[in-house]
Amino acid sequence: MDVFAATLAAVLFAGAPLALAALGETLSERAGVINLSVDGTVLFSAMAAFVTARATGDAWVGMLGGAVAGAFVAGVLAVVGLWLRAPILAVGFILTLLCRDLAYFLGHAHARQPGPDLGVWTIPGLADIPFAGTVIGRQSPVVYLSIVAVAAASFFLYRTRAGLRLRAAGESPRAAFARGIPVERLKVLYCLAGGAFSGLAGAAYSLGVKPGWGHPQGAEGAGWIALAIVIFGGWRPSRVVLGAYFFALIQVMGIHLQDVLPGLSSTLFQIAPFPVMILTLLFINIRRSGRFRDAVQNVPLLGRLAGKPPAGAPGALAGVLDQDAA
Amino acid sequence: MKSPSPASINILSALALALAVTLAVLFFAGAPPLTTLAVLFGGGLDSTASLLKTFSSFIPLFLCATALLATYAAGLWNIGVEGQITLGAVFAAGFLRLPDPGSFPPVLALILALAAAFAGGALWALLAGALRVYGRVHEIFSGLGLNFAATGVTLWLILGPWKRAGMASLSGTEPLPEAFRLPGFAGKPASMAGLVLAVAAFVAVVWLLKRTTWGLRLAAVRQNLKAARLIGLSPKRRLLEAMGLCGGLAGLAGGLLVTGLYHRLIPSISGNFGYTAILAVLMVSLAPVFVPVSCFFFAVLLAGAVQLPMALELDSSLSGVIQGVLVLAFLAAGRMGIGGRLTGDKT
Repeated sequence: MDVFAATLAAVLFAGAPLALAALGETLSERAGVINLSVDGTVLFSAMAAFVTARATGDAWVGMLGGAVAGAFVAGVLAVVGLWLRAPILAVGFILTLLCRDLAYFLGHAHARQPGPDLGVWTIPGLADIPFAGTVIGRQSPVVYLSIVAVAAASFFLYRTRAGLRLRAAGESPRAAFARGIPVERLKVLYCLAGGAFSGLAGAAYSLGVKPGWGHPQGAEGAGWIALAIVIFGGWRPSRVVLGAYFFALIQVMGIHLQDVLPGLSSTLFQIAPFPVMILTLLFINIRRSGRFRDAVQNVPLLGRLAGKPPAGAPGALAGVLDQDAA
Repeated sequence: MKSPSPASINILSALALALAVTLAVLFFAGAPPLTTLAVLFGGGLDSTASLLKTFSSFIPLFLCATALLATYAAGLWNIGVEGQITLGAVFAAGFLRLPDPGSFPPVLALILALAAAFAGGALWALLAGALRVYGRVHEIFSGLGLNFAATGVTLWLILGPWKRAGMASLSGTEPLPEAFRLPGFAGKPASMAGLVLAVAAFVAVVWLLKRTTWGLRLAAVRQNLKAARLIGLSPKRRLLEAMGLCGGLAGLAGGLLVTGLYHRLIPSISGNFGYTAILAVLMVSLAPVFVPVSCFFFAVLLAGAVQLPMALELDSSLSGVIQGVLVLAFLAAGRMGIGGRLTGDKT
């Protein structure tokens, strides 16, 4: 029981930045903007957050710095990709490489230096309950932040007018525009908001989950996992967060398995999420394919085993990510 | 958007923008701007030794950029070049580790090793291609995932089955015997054979894309997948062919890195050449004539950046910053002015 609770706590901890980054990308993609720069944004804002926290001595100002850095990168994407209409996948990818190198270059002087971090919060009352206390009673603030962010994003998307307009803009830009929704402005807005979330994810790494800064930082590749999680979660915050925990579980299991199977290198476990990412996407896409639907008609058991397929991409993205190359 | 301006003005404004951003970055890092730029460019150009170092990066970079021309022609977003290089390197090293490759004449063994490298890269690319064509997994994710998986394969080999006698270290496998190394140039590992291969591959790919029916079909697939299917161009096969060709050339680059530069398999043998090649190709808006130029320029930056930590205590990632800024500036300038020639017909 204790091991189980400790594992759950570790999953919540490792999954918090992934959840933040994936939520940001969900907002952005819901509005019809694919921001491929997440991986670079996470690293750049991890650096920016750590440097800000060191300069001010306050980790929370550092979090703010991370969010601003993330929104800034998204701003560059918005200017070149949305305003100048350069191909947005290309711009996002270039920004990923650029931000990663920029983070290493600008952060060089701060590498392996001591700096503030967010520490651990103890929730009075909750921390004393046997099982829940271990899981959620004593955690890094970024864990609570990620949980609040999920609830807020879910509520915003499905229960508010602004969320409805956002979904409309991403689902069917032309129809939304015809109804008087300023589609382009919303795209820019949620691109920036998504960037700020990715920035918080970076800050959550350098100030919480992997405190400190260096080359490499240890958050490399997380942004790419976050991009896959968005598809995994079918662009719905609740499922997206489950995806983040699923991938965090793989990482945590890797650490546990290392003790059981010392012959396998730790680096091998670091790459484990990526093959899993490919297999998950494959599984999801096969369930959505016409051939699978035909098979379910003949063998209903298959459909019951596979469950309900998650929702597809927002209309504006469907052509890009869900393409059919048959 | 507005009245078209001459291309030269765009190039100049892009360069000016890139220079301004680079100077700003140097300022924020607290680096002396002119000295830093002098070290960066001097380190890749100022002596025969520097030039040879530049060429040893130019060869794999140019091969990968050439490879990418094939997948871009098909409208594929192949970012799996890193993994394809790595698998090429693994296959080449694996072939030269066979029980008795010494029974072949060394030249034949080298040729076969490079052929194995081509096959290895093509295999990895076809895996991504098949995932896209049959599994509808976008090639960005499959390519990226396979990049990480390839790193895993090399690490496993280096620390496991192929570890050096008596010790497993991240420094790589046992060095190749002298006979299995591509001859260097003036004692430096910048192989003439590699350069000749890269140039030949470039000429061949440009000819394939511009002068053959195959190239025309690829273009048709890129421009309209559905129409291409309706007129019987079998896009699936075309996409897989483009992937295979690209992966093969990237694998060849990996084989050259093993036989011509490192003379063994090392952990991150792909050395970011795959990602840098994407930038090099994007910078010139996929115009093949300029690909050698942008690759050479990037190779100078890569060779020069190695000096930065020693000379100025700066992180060598500055070369990547300049590359990224340049490509973005060119994209932006292109959209503001002449536009049109970029990759964006689909986004």
